[in-house]
Formats: sequence, C-alpha cells, structure tokens
Amino acid sequence: MPQILVEALAKTYRVAERAPGLTGAMLGLVRRRWREVHALADVSFSLEAGELLAFIGPNGAGKSTTVKILSGILRPSSGRVEVDGLVPYEDRVRHVARIGVVFGQRSQLWWDLPVIDGFDLLADIYRVEPERYRRRRDELVAMLRLEPLLDQPVRQLSLGQRMRAEFAAALLHDPAILFLDEPTIGLDAPSKLAVRDFVRRLNREQGVTVLLTTHDMHDVEALAERVIVIGQGRLLTDGPFESLRASVLAERRLHIDFAGAAPELGIPGVTVRARSERSLELAFDPTKIPTPKLIADITARHAVDDIHVDEPAIEEVIARFYDLHDAGEA
Amino acid sequence: MTTRAARPYLAAFRARFQLVLQYRAAALAGFATQLWWGAIRILVFAAFYGVNAAAAPIGLTDVVTYVWLGQALLALQPWLADPEVGQAVRSGGVGYDRLRPLDAYGYWYVRTVGWMLARALPRAVLMVLAAAIVLPLVGLDDWAWRPPSGVTAALLFIPAFILMTMLAAAVLMLANIIVAASLNERGVNAVLAPLVIVFSGSLLPLDFYPDAWRPFLHVQPLAGLVDIPFRIYFADLTGNAALRGLALQAGWTLVLIALGRFAMERMMRRLEMQGG
Repeated sequence: MPQILVEALAKTYRVAERAPGLTGAMLGLVRRRWREVHALADVSFSLEAGELLAFIGPNGAGKSTTVKILSGILRPSSGRVEVDGLVPYEDRVRHVARIGVVFGQRSQLWWDLPVIDGFDLLADIYRVEPERYRRRRDELVAMLRLEPLLDQPVRQLSLGQRMRAEFAAALLHDPAILFLDEPTIGLDAPSKLAVRDFVRRLNREQGVTVLLTTHDMHDVEALAERVIVIGQGRLLTDGPFESLRASVLAERRLHIDFAGAAPELGIPGVTVRARSERSLELAFDPTKIPTPKLIADITARHAVDDIHVDEPAIEEVIARFYDLHDAGEA
Repeated sequence: MTTRAARPYLAAFRARFQLVLQYRAAALAGFATQLWWGAIRILVFAAFYGVNAAAAPIGLTDVVTYVWLGQALLALQPWLADPEVGQAVRSGGVGYDRLRPLDAYGYWYVRTVGWMLARALPRAVLMVLAAAIVLPLVGLDDWAWRPPSGVTAALLFIPAFILMTMLAAAVLMLANIIVAASLNERGVNAVLAPLVIVFSGSLLPLDFYPDAWRPFLHVQPLAGLVDIPFRIYFADLTGNAALRGLALQAGWTLVLIALGRFAMERMMRRLEMQGG
C-alpha cells in the first residue's frame, strides 16, 4: 500500500470573464460569463514511504494545485486522493497533524514574533509534548544553524535565513511526510545548497517522504531519484531523472579550441552550434557517431589546443521536453 | 485531557493578545478620541435632560455611566472585521491556517477575541482612571463613571461582560467570513459599523427609541452587545429581567456561532488559491 495515492485527480476553477475596458466592466455588472480553467485534468501517481519525488513543469502546470490538494487546503473537483490512508480534504484535522508543508513564497511564521516564540506557538498548536518538542527543536536548530537567529523577529531575517526557519517550523511536530512547494525560489546559491543538503539528510537519515515542486533543475538533479513532469494539468512523464534526460536528449556537445582559425568540418551528423574565430561548439548523437572516433577524426586533421565534451544543461532538457509536449504556459 | 484539547487555542489567543497589547500609541490615541467623544455625548445628553428630564427612560447619572462604560469598551464592539483575516486572505496565509490541526472556526475565533480584548484593555484602564477616578477628584462628581449599582449588579455584570465579548466575537466572525469570501473588508465594515452602533445601543440606549420599535430592539442579537450588559451594570435590569437579558445574550451567541460555523464550512469548500 503506497503512502500517497493519487488517482485521476482533476481541479477546475471558474473564472469570471469580461470584455476589456469600461464597456466590458459595465456589461460585467449585468451579465457575467464564466470560463472554466482546468488546473488539473487527469493526474495519477503513487508514492511509497521514504521516497523523494520532484514535481516539475512550467508555470501554471498544476504543481502547486496538486500540493495544495495533497496537503488538505484545496478540494479537488474529482478524483481520489489518499495520504497514509486518509483523504486529506475529508479528514483535514487528522491529516494535517501528520504532514509538514513549506511554501517557498509564503511564510508560516509570525512576522512580528521572534523565531523562537513562533516555534513555541507551533508546538502548542500541534500539541507536541514539551520534552519531545525541546529535543526536536534543538535537533532542527543544530541542523539548520538557527541558533543566532532565534531571538530575532521573523521580519528581520533575510530570505535565506527565513527559509531555514520555515523548514524547522514545518518539522517541529515530526511529520512523516513533507510537502515543499518551490522551497528554493529566490534563494542565493549557498542557501539553495543548504536547503538541498537539509532535505537530502531528512529523507535519507530520518526517512521522511518528500514531495517537492521546483523550477530549479539543480534541485531535481541534486535530490530526486524520481521526477514527475506535469504540463497543462496532465502528467507527461513519471520516472527516474536519468531516463527523462536520455529519452529527450541523447545529445553530446564537443567544444574545440583550434591552434589556428576554426575550419569548416563538414562531418555528416554533426552540427555546428557556435563558432568563433578559433573555436567551435559541435552537437552530435553519440549512438550514431562514437565520441572517441569523432575526436580522433578531428585531431588527425587539425591542430587542436583544447577539447572537451559535455551534455546539454538540464534546463535545456526540460525546455525541450515542454516543447515536445506543447506544455508551455498557454 | 481538556487542557490538552484547549492548549492550541489558548496559545493562539495569548499570542495575539500579547502582540496587540504592545501597540501603545494606538491605545493612547484610541483613549484620547474616546474620552473626547464621551465628553461630547455627555454634554448632548445634559442638554436633552435640561429641557425635558421627565421624558427620559433612565436617569442622567445612569446615562453618564452608560456613556463612559461604552467609551471604555468601544474596542469590544464588533464594528470592524479582524484585519488579520483580510491580510491572511490576500497574502494566502489562509492556506497555512488550513494546515493547522485545529477547528478552523475556533482557531479564528480565539484570535479575534485576543485582538478585541487586547485593544479594549488598555483603553478601559485609562478610561477608569480618567472618568471614574480623576473626574470625582476634580469635583466633577455628577459627570463621573459610577461603580456598579450594588453587589448583585456587579456580580451579574461579570457573566454579562463575558457574554457580550463572546457575542461580539461571534458577530465579528460572520464579518471575518464575509471578508474571506469576498477578499475585501471595506464592504463589510461599511455595513457593519452603522448597524452595530445603532442596534447595540451604543449610540443611544435602546429605550430612547420610539415605543413601537422597542419590542423588536430588545430581542434582536445586537442588544446583547451594549444595552443589556450596561443596564445590568447600573441595575436598570434586575432579577428576572436581568436573567432574561443574560439568556438572550447567550442564546444569540450560540445561534451566531452555529451560523458562523456553517458559513465558514461552506466558504472553505469554495476556497480557491491560485498561483505559487
């Protein structure tokens, strides 16, 4: 029995529509038209305890809606959801006591209260036993290096500091499942690394099931064994990140610096992506032209200073995947 | 068991109460305004009583106390939806409220009570100092805020005060829910303020209104906010009449809470949160 079960999930919003301008506004007073927006059309997947799953997709794809339904905030239009045997929006109070949620764009701490007061308040709200609370709090404070921040009001924290505090806040009641909605959004590089490192430890060492949404492909690469790509409310693919990369793009890149002027190569199956006076960037499919053979061919005929091979950036893989499925934001 | 069940709600109440209590400038400004308006209202009443005291349903000294009591406890009147709700709705903080393992209505209710009491407390203390202590000391005894008329009145005023606070919070919860559903507090506040000021007896004790209106005025829910508890305070309502007043307060509080819970359930089902 999987820990999270989602079947044929759909969520439809009704949006008031009116013609632009003043006339439109006046008409809207008399007669209002509604348009249906399908945030989620048909999404199914399941997740075992202890898994770490990343949800990716363009803006408006339905990632956040999925998280909000799974966490019990929203109610789907149709479909079935079970988390640890509970239907989140039917059994909200029992369900939310067992999960932790971090929204990268919102704060669950009290703006005017010092961080530690916010933690105390959450411990009361989740009815965490005092002894357990102290242990858990100290553990999280150590893991997230929060000690120097505890006495500061939340409004004085930097975004990176605040996100670390948000993570602690979401985990004080020791939930078995953690939902993260764009947890690294707007963070600087060291803060992103800290968040990734923390999430990984939480998942590997404490066995917390993690479902995260993100636009940052480095999050995915660093964390997730499994990725779901969602676009226009539909599930496009579900599998290991490596197979996603392989299925979309087997391409390799060859960067060459020549001793003299960059020559015309004219090798079939190899395209020139970029050219400067003394260097070329080539793209090729290694299943058709083996990398060592290509390098050997080139170095045999031209004087080469430097040469290296790499893969397309993950962002590019995903952008291409969205194009392939016509899943970009409408 | 009960302490465990009540712990989150007490904590939420305490947090809000402590936070709002820190706003000293707001408390002082509120006090100054209410003192000023209290003086003006008393002058108006004095002029009225000077012309025709016999036509008045209650004596001047009681009316003076009624005014001071009302000015002191103005922040307990439900004429303004809880600003935290409007803010939470706009910022999406409502989503986090839904993530707490708590009764959604109760969680908002205790926070609203904390907000009301924290605003009312410093103003009431200052008003006692000014109207009940300073005024007699400077020889303006006739215009002072009098203590409750007797021990029975004082004892009855305790439940009346508690019920008036609970009733006010129940009214505010309805306003809060409308704010949450409509994403804006202006409309609600614009309608709520005049209704509450007139029908609670805040503007005039309800017996000052025409005879034909009174049967209605005395049974409608807002009477329990000012008219009933204050008349219990100066023993205009005594014995069975006082008990009937308390029952009316309690009854309407329960009705409005039930209504609010129902409305909140419906509102939350429709709740939509878009974007990140």
